[in-house]
Amino acid sequence: MELFLEILLGGLLIGGIFSLVSMGLSLQYGVARVLNIAHGEFLMFGAFITFWLQQKGVDPLVTVLVVAPLLFIAGFFVYRTMFTTIRLKSPNPGVFESNSLLAAFGLYFIVQNIARLIWGTTPYSYSYLPGRVTIAGADLLDNRLVAAVFAIAVGTAFYIFLARTHIGKSIRAAAQDAYTASLMGVNISFTLALCFGFGAAMAGVAGSLISICYPLSTSMGLGYTVIAIVVVTLGGLGSIPGSFIGGFILGIINTGVTAWEPSLAVAAYYVIFIILLLVRPKGLMGK
Amino acid sequence: MRILEGEGVTKYFGGLAAVSNVDFYVDQGEIFGLIGPNGAGKTTLFNLISGAFTPKSGVIKFKGEKISGLKPYKICRMGMARTFQEVKIFGNMPVFQNVLLGSLFGTPSGMASANAAKEATELLDFVGLSAVKAIPAGGLTLANQKRVEVARALATKPELLLLDEVMAGLNSTETAETMELVTSIRDRGVTVFMIEHVMRAIMGVCDRIMVLHHGEKIADGTPKEIATSKKVIEVYLGE
Amino acid sequence: MMDSVKKSWKKHLVTFGVPLVLLILVAFLPRYGSSYNVTLTTYFLMNIALAVSWTLFSGYTGYISLATAAFFGVGIYAAALFYPVVGTQLPLIVVVLIAGAASFVLAFIVGLITLRLRGIYFAMFTFGLVLLFKELIYYYEINVEGLRGRFVVLQSNETIYYYLLGIFVVTMIVAYLIRRSKFGLALQSIGQNEEAAAHTGVNVTMVKILTFAVSAIFMGAAGVVMATKWTYVDPGVAFNLMISFTPVLMAIFGGMGNLYGPVIGAVLFTYIQEVLTTGDLAKYYMLIFGAVLIGAIVFMPNGLVGVIQKLVGLVRKWRKGGSVAQNADT
Repeated sequence: MELFLEILLGGLLIGGIFSLVSMGLSLQYGVARVLNIAHGEFLMFGAFITFWLQQKGVDPLVTVLVVAPLLFIAGFFVYRTMFTTIRLKSPNPGVFESNSLLAAFGLYFIVQNIARLIWGTTPYSYSYLPGRVTIAGADLLDNRLVAAVFAIAVGTAFYIFLARTHIGKSIRAAAQDAYTASLMGVNISFTLALCFGFGAAMAGVAGSLISICYPLSTSMGLGYTVIAIVVVTLGGLGSIPGSFIGGFILGIINTGVTAWEPSLAVAAYYVIFIILLLVRPKGLMGK
Repeated sequence: MRILEGEGVTKYFGGLAAVSNVDFYVDQGEIFGLIGPNGAGKTTLFNLISGAFTPKSGVIKFKGEKISGLKPYKICRMGMARTFQEVKIFGNMPVFQNVLLGSLFGTPSGMASANAAKEATELLDFVGLSAVKAIPAGGLTLANQKRVEVARALATKPELLLLDEVMAGLNSTETAETMELVTSIRDRGVTVFMIEHVMRAIMGVCDRIMVLHHGEKIADGTPKEIATSKKVIEVYLGE
Repeated sequence: MMDSVKKSWKKHLVTFGVPLVLLILVAFLPRYGSSYNVTLTTYFLMNIALAVSWTLFSGYTGYISLATAAFFGVGIYAAALFYPVVGTQLPLIVVVLIAGAASFVLAFIVGLITLRLRGIYFAMFTFGLVLLFKELIYYYEINVEGLRGRFVVLQSNETIYYYLLGIFVVTMIVAYLIRRSKFGLALQSIGQNEEAAAHTGVNVTMVKILTFAVSAIFMGAAGVVMATKWTYVDPGVAFNLMISFTPVLMAIFGGMGNLYGPVIGAVLFTYIQEVLTTGDLAKYYMLIFGAVLIGAIVFMPNGLVGVIQKLVGLVRKWRKGGSVAQNADT
């Protein structure tokens, strides 16, 4: 029973981070229609920026205030330049999807190369809140608890932002039907770039939070991108709440499989992906 | 004989009923019209009939056999063809190849290449496009692109042809020519089921007409009955 | 009348004559060429085979497949299993056929699962397949077998060269035949407008699955041969994502709408790759790769062939004194 509780709670903790990462990808794919395979690279940069600032004495949680806007700008810029050009040149949405997917891979290669030149391939880590706490009989690390709570807070804040604010409403309109939204006065190019930027910012923040609990390395991104893709499919393409819930489900599966056989975690994600595609490609809450 | 029938056909998108409990039938050899304001569910009904969508409930029968739930290519090979509201031709392929595809794949028994080429040439002649057969279809005028679609559909040797707003965007000469084309298609032995907004075309050419509004059938009958029906006039003038 | 007969004679000469001459030159290369050139040409042939078979499916239908490395890896492991240094060896040609068949079956199954869904799912699934195979086989080798990596019998440069030449020739012939056949017409129509194709009687799903499966055969075959060159194989070598991406880049770079586009792209990029990986720029390789990929997508969506066609069209216009040419030359 204790093991079960540990898996459940541990899974929810990592799930909080998975949710944040996946919500970012969901924004980018669901609205901006780019399956950003370089998503994990923004996450990696977030982690490294936090590490660098932490080494200079800044509290990691405070670095989020730097990471989020920086990565937002990076994402916004990338979309405004590269993806918008591709979008305007694509004769139909299908072509845009495949071309932007390939361009995202190109971006992945470029960013990976740059990161490796700067930081090499060795892992780095630092210590933050190494204490432990016991909740309901399960033994948990402080830093993971803090990271998860922070992640959930950011995710929830963003969800409220989407639901209540004017910009949030334009984003939701653009996600439903970009053409009609543009007719109703929504500046589509700007809104899509905004979404992409938010997605990148969320990835960056997730990276910062991850660096609090786990070692970071230049190759850490791809694994999280893969997780985000599975979560977004599980939750339903285009559904932000779906990604939120899906993140926790995958977190629990992750801790469960790792407790049984650590090296099969990635294989487990794929099995889930295959089953989803076979049985319910729309996911839990997809339209 | 009723070549096409639908009973209780219903389709939902999200929470909205796009087509709601529609009963209809089309007699062999007639030209049957479908009209209704924008958003009435006309193209959705076509999509349900041609196999692009599956109805939530209700049955659609073609030549007495149930087709609701079958894939579009199977329905096509059974003898039903259609054109699309947003003209769906193969833009980068020459006009001839567009029509040839229909002859090669859409006929009930498949066709040897030599015969298919002959048939395609004849059809291009029938719709008056022989002169442009080597040009990529995307380079033609809208009116001609619609003719390519019609020729391609006819190449599959259909017994029933669904035309979705084939006269949209045409000027009055082109419309008159198309009306003639539709009648000559029927004279070749193909039953026609057409969605149209151009009133004089539909009234002038159809034997019977059905009216949809908000996904429901509100009237059907001869053009004269429809033109004088109070319900229909309300729907088009009211709102 | 005489003019058009002369024109078609000339056209046939170029379409068949030039490649035939090149083929003969290439076939005799091991006799008179240096070892370096033979190896380089071996890589030309491998990349052409991969790029052309990739284009066979993805070029026509628009579904981006990233599974090339998965099928190539199947070939490599077929060699490891059936042509090992230690243990019984089947004749090499048999191993090639086994790998081709296994890749066909695997691709068929993958297609069955994913090709009825949207293109984006297909792309993600094929990408993940490579990673999944790598993980699974690593796990198997480390935990079940206790040792990592296997050794394949080394073949002479000449044997490898001729096997790849054979694969290259078969790939080109199959690609050409498909292009000219009614199957090719169906493929093209699916790429142009899948829904219209379905309504015109094309069994879209089956055409997609079969084409995908056929394209995988050559990837698996190539994998077997390269395994006999590299001799040491492990999951990292076999299921290397770059083997999935390089054919994509080459096809886009060269131009996907044409039989020779991927060939040109493969030859050029293999050469660039060779120059980059052995020089000072080696550490910038991925960066350049990514930049070229993005550049090709944004600036040359029809590849080099598209650029050449545009230039030829412009020259023609200029020659005819500005009047628009009637016949579209596709």
